[in-house]
Amino acid sequence: MDEDARRNMRPLSLHVPEPRFRPGDAVDFADFDIPDVAAAPRPDIGAMPEEMRSLAYGLVRVLDLDGASGGAWAPRLSPERLVAMLRHMALVRAFDDRMYRVQRQGKTSFYMKCTGEEATSIAAAYALDRDDMCFPSYRQQGLLIARDWSLVDMMCQIYSNRGDRLKGRQMPIMYSAKEASFFSISGNLATQMPQAVGFAMASASRGDTRIAACWCGEGSTAEGDFHSACTFASVYRAPVIINVINNQWAISSFSGFAGAESTTFAARAVGYGIAGLRVDGNDALAVYAATEWAAERARNNFGPTLIEHFTYRAEGHSTSDDPTKYRSAEERSAWPLGDPIARLKQHLIAIGAWDEERHAAMDREVAEEVKAAGKEAEKQGVLGDGLHQPFTTMFEDVFEELPWHLEEQSRQMVEERKAAGI
Amino acid sequence: MNMIQAINSALDICMERDKDIVVLGEDVGYFGGVFKATEHLQKKHGKTRVFDTPITECGIIGVAVGMCTYGLRPVPEIQFADYIYPALDQLVSEAARLRYRSAGEYTAPMTVRSPFGGGIFGGQTHSQSPEAIFTHVAGLKTVIPSNPYDAKGLLIAAIEDNDPVIFFEPKRIYNGPFDGHYGKPVTPWAKHPSSAVPEGYYRIPLGKAATVREGNDVTILCYGTMVHVTAGVVAESGIDAEIIDLRTLVPLDIEAIEASVKKTGRCVIVHEATRTSGFGAELSALVQERCFHSLEAPIERVTGWDTPYPHSLEWAYFPGPVRLGQALKRVMES
Repeated sequence: MDEDARRNMRPLSLHVPEPRFRPGDAVDFADFDIPDVAAAPRPDIGAMPEEMRSLAYGLVRVLDLDGASGGAWAPRLSPERLVAMLRHMALVRAFDDRMYRVQRQGKTSFYMKCTGEEATSIAAAYALDRDDMCFPSYRQQGLLIARDWSLVDMMCQIYSNRGDRLKGRQMPIMYSAKEASFFSISGNLATQMPQAVGFAMASASRGDTRIAACWCGEGSTAEGDFHSACTFASVYRAPVIINVINNQWAISSFSGFAGAESTTFAARAVGYGIAGLRVDGNDALAVYAATEWAAERARNNFGPTLIEHFTYRAEGHSTSDDPTKYRSAEERSAWPLGDPIARLKQHLIAIGAWDEERHAAMDREVAEEVKAAGKEAEKQGVLGDGLHQPFTTMFEDVFEELPWHLEEQSRQMVEERKAAGI
Repeated sequence: MNMIQAINSALDICMERDKDIVVLGEDVGYFGGVFKATEHLQKKHGKTRVFDTPITECGIIGVAVGMCTYGLRPVPEIQFADYIYPALDQLVSEAARLRYRSAGEYTAPMTVRSPFGGGIFGGQTHSQSPEAIFTHVAGLKTVIPSNPYDAKGLLIAAIEDNDPVIFFEPKRIYNGPFDGHYGKPVTPWAKHPSSAVPEGYYRIPLGKAATVREGNDVTILCYGTMVHVTAGVVAESGIDAEIIDLRTLVPLDIEAIEASVKKTGRCVIVHEATRTSGFGAELSALVQERCFHSLEAPIERVTGWDTPYPHSLEWAYFPGPVRLGQALKRVMES
C-alpha cells in the first residue's frame, strides 16, 4: 500500500505501562480493594482447578487489619507455634539488618533483604515438611532460618570466607544447603522452577512422599522457564507448589511489566489447568494456610498449585539499588496490607498470647543472636581480607575429577603467582 | 547393528542395570523417537521411566536437573541439536555449574542425547553442529561417536559418568558409514567392520581418542561423520595419513594428538561445524602450542563455511572429499 493510501487509517499506538506512583508523588491506596477474610472459600484439597477460579483473582486472607482472624482458611495453630513463627520472622529481619550493615561496612560485596516479605518464606516453611525440597529464589532466606539452619554458616557464605562451604564461588546470599532440603540458588531467574517440577516428578515416579516447592518473583514469571515449569507441572500432575512472590517491583520495573495490568499472577494457573491461589503475602496465617492446603493437595496426588503471594518489597532490590530513584518513598508506609511482623504481633496480642514487653525482649534476643553469629563468622574472615579458600580450590568441582587441562591451568596459576611474588 | 540400534542397546542395558536412569524427550516414549533410538524402551521399562514431554527444551533440561537433584540419572533427548538453544541456559548456567556452585552438594549426572550434523537435506534448522558452544562451557563433557561400537560404549560411559555430558549423534551415519561422495548411497553398517557390536555391556572411556589409521605423513584430527569422509579421502589419495577419531572433545585426548603430530609433523583438522571459533580453532591452537617445533607445514582446517546450513546447497557446504583432498595436498606439498 502506498503512503498516501494509509493516511485515512487509524494509527496504531503502543502501550507502555507506568506505575501509579513515582518519586515525589503522594501515595493514595484508597481505591485498593481488600477483600474480607470471609470472602474466599476454602475448596476441598481434591477440588478441580476450574472449581476455584475465583481464588486466582481474589485474595485469601485470615488476619484482618485489626489483628482478628477468621474465614474458611483460618488454620488451627497453637499460640506457641504462632509465637515461634513470629520469632523466626523477627530473626530474619534482624539477620537482614545486620548483613545489610556489614555490606555497607565493606565486609562483603552484596546483600539482599526480604523486609516486608518475611511471612512468605517463614509461614510457608512452617507448612511444609522439613524434607520437602525447596527451590528458592534469592529472597527466601527465611526458609533456611525457619529450618533452624546455622546463621554462622549463612554468614560464612555471605563473607565468602574460609568457612564458606561453597568455597567462595557464589555471590553473597546464593546459599546451598542440601541437608536443609534447600537447593543451590541461581542468579539466572526462574531456572529453579522447572527444576522443582523435575524433582517433584522424580519423587512421584518413585512412589516417594516428598514434594517440592519453588519460588520466583512476579517479574520472572515472564521467563520461559516459568511457563515450561507450569506446563510440565500440569501435564504430569507433579506434586509441586509454584510460589510467585508478587512484591510489586523487579528492581525498578513495576509488576505491570510482567503483565500485572491485565490479570493476576495466580491467574497464570488458570490457563494451565492448575489450582491457583492469590494470597495476602503479608498475612502469615494466610500464607501458612494456602501452603498447607497446596502441600496436602500435592501429597494426595491432586497435582500442583500456583500461589501468588501479594506482598510489597519494603526495601531496595539489593544493596546495589536505590529505590528512591524510581518509586515514591511513601509507598512502603502506605502499603494497605501492612507489615507481616506487625500484623502477626498484633494478632498474638489480640488473642492474649503476647504483649509489647515480650516483643521488645524478643527483638533484643534475636539481635543478640545475630550479633553473636556475626562475630563467630567473622573469625573465619570477611570478603577481601585474605581469609579465603586456597587458590587452587578454584579448579575443583568443575568436573568430578580434575581433567588434564584444569590441572595444567591450576599449576600455571600457582607458578605465575610465585613468579610475580604474590 | 547400526548406530541407532547400538544407542538403543546402550540405553536398554543402562536402564536394566540402574533403576535411577530415566529417558525423557519429545516423542521418545510410545513412538520410540523420530529416529527410533528409544524404540521399545517404554514398553520394557515403563512409562514413568521413559516418557514423552511437552515441546519445551528448556523444560526438558530444567526438569532433568531437578530429577538429578532427587537422585535420578536422566537421559534427555533433544530431538535435533538445532533445537538445543532454548535449553542452553539450563545446560550452561545450571547443569554445567551445579557441582561447582554448590561445591559438590548438588550434581547433574545427565546425558543429553541429540542428533546433529548435516547431509540429510535438513536445511538450516536440522543440520547444525553446535558442539563448540558446549566445549566452551566449563563443566560439560562433549562426546561424539563415529561408529556403532563406539556409540554404544561411549554412551554407556557417558550415562555412568557423574558429570553432565552432551552426546551428539551424527545422524548422517546413523544407518551406515558415509565417505562424503554425496551421490553415493550410504553403505549399511552391516557391511562395515566397525559395526560388530556386542549385545552385552561394555564401555569406552571418555577422553580417549581412537587411531583409525596409523600413518607417518600427516595427522588428521576428526570426529563423527568426518571420520568416514577422511578415511575415504586418505584411501583415494594414497597419502600415509594418521587418522585420529577424537571421540570426546571434552575431555580431550591431548596425549594422542600430541604424540601423533610430533610423529607426522603435519596436521589437518576436519569438522562439519562453521569455522570461526569452531572446535578446530581450539585444536589448532593446542597443536601450535605443543607441537610447534615439530610442524613442517601450517595447520589446515577443513570445515563448514561460516553460514547457516543452506538446504539446496548443502553439498557445497559439507566439507567433503574434494576440499579435504586439496587441503591434504597443500599440507603435503608445503
